[in-house]
Amino acid sequence: MAEHRGEVVVIGAGPAGIAAAERAAAYGRSVIVLDDNPEVGGQIWRGERERLTRGDVRWILGARVVDVVGERALLVEGTGGGAERVVFEHLVLATGARERFLPFPGWTLPGVTGAGGLQAMVKGGLPIEGKRVVIAGSGPLLLAVAAYLRGRGARIAYIAEQAPWRRLAGFSLHLLCSVEKLRQALALRVALAGVPYAASTWPLAAEGEGNLERAVLRTSRGTVRIGCDYLACGFGLVPNLELARLLNCDVRDGFVAVDEHQRTSCAGIFAAGEVTGIGGLDLSLLEGEIAGCAAAGHESDAHRLVAQRPAARRFASALAEAFALRGELKALPDAQTIVCRCEDVTYERLAEHTTSRSAKLHTRCGMGPCQGRVCGAAAEFLFGWTSDYARPPVFPTRIATLTAYHEVTT
Amino acid sequence: MPDTIALRVDGRAVDISAGSTVLAAVAIAGQQSCRRSVSGESRGPLCGMGICFECRVTIDGVQHRRACQMLCAPGMEVRTDG
Repeated sequence: MAEHRGEVVVIGAGPAGIAAAERAAAYGRSVIVLDDNPEVGGQIWRGERERLTRGDVRWILGARVVDVVGERALLVEGTGGGAERVVFEHLVLATGARERFLPFPGWTLPGVTGAGGLQAMVKGGLPIEGKRVVIAGSGPLLLAVAAYLRGRGARIAYIAEQAPWRRLAGFSLHLLCSVEKLRQALALRVALAGVPYAASTWPLAAEGEGNLERAVLRTSRGTVRIGCDYLACGFGLVPNLELARLLNCDVRDGFVAVDEHQRTSCAGIFAAGEVTGIGGLDLSLLEGEIAGCAAAGHESDAHRLVAQRPAARRFASALAEAFALRGELKALPDAQTIVCRCEDVTYERLAEHTTSRSAKLHTRCGMGPCQGRVCGAAAEFLFGWTSDYARPPVFPTRIATLTAYHEVTT
Repeated sequence: MPDTIALRVDGRAVDISAGSTVLAAVAIAGQQSCRRSVSGESRGPLCGMGICFECRVTIDGVQHRRACQMLCAPGMEVRTDG
């Protein structure tokens, strides 16, 4: 089995991971970055190869971390299906976040996608020119996605933001504190001129025969039906905690707990970016740099960067407050709405249970290939269920990889 | 690497820019859905980032490959089950 050794191993090739790798490499450390995606950049810089650091960094893309094997090693499955072992001295978890999807009638129809999800697909070559797109959910990501898709020729029919105007106005005051953020906001306004944008608006249903044909939206002026090819929904972001949990890193308030130098509760393991709190690009880059310095043993340089963090964190908390999900969204699914898409478990079947464990044992909710990555965040919002463990393999794995356990553990 | 890649989706020839995902090729072939769910519903891609496993297709005879995480390669045979 192939084996790779790095003084610093970074999981995740998004902004935080790239920043950490760049810093650690600048100190002369041997650095390996692993990512499940076939291209670097994570979600926000997807495919932007020019972001690649010029430093001496080894990129292993299209590779999933399956398990932790031994004290300082990971079992990894590459795109080709082969198992590899990655040995580290220091590990930086920059696993990022995924979108939170909320179930509503019709959300399983082909054509209903994530908001960031649709953007990622288009970056991967999905044709969008001339397609009618309704974007719904919450957060500034909706606007960024709309502007991107419009720039690629999509017709943005509507942007539905669930947060009320009152909160959005409060949030826009925060933008005034940062010239760069204000510039971004104004650029979005120009890019989206003429596109209907409404607050206190959310999807009630997706309709169509076989494929999506219409989005049904609840607006403050009543229900509207809008014909569309895509309904792109994202209700905020949730961190990818699976690997941190497998490593037994402490998780506090739903995020990996870190100290001021991005150290987790486990010696030699750091975390940076959205996995430690949803804070956007600037905070991710800063945390990545701090983690990179600290993982390379340059604590004093890490310490100098720490001073910049409070401003970035203030923006993060303003974000969380402004775009908190409203309780009405819990009433979106009807009895027959599928919540767990892997195992086709309906809302009414889940509603009989009081814990995710009970639901899992009786309905198979969360036991399909996504391993609860989609329904887990939905059930957390709908029922208040939390799940605080991860079991290996943390990604569905080929038999050949499982047989490699024998090789790595003996 | 050539600028365009020729592959087949459900037997249909597709030419696509190099660097595109298999998911893009499936869409260009006119397929909105990738798979059938356990209760028989047709499903298309959701997350676009390798999390949801809704875009699973068969590539060169290997089942359960995530179309969004695989790049097109010359001569690939992609099968959907939608």
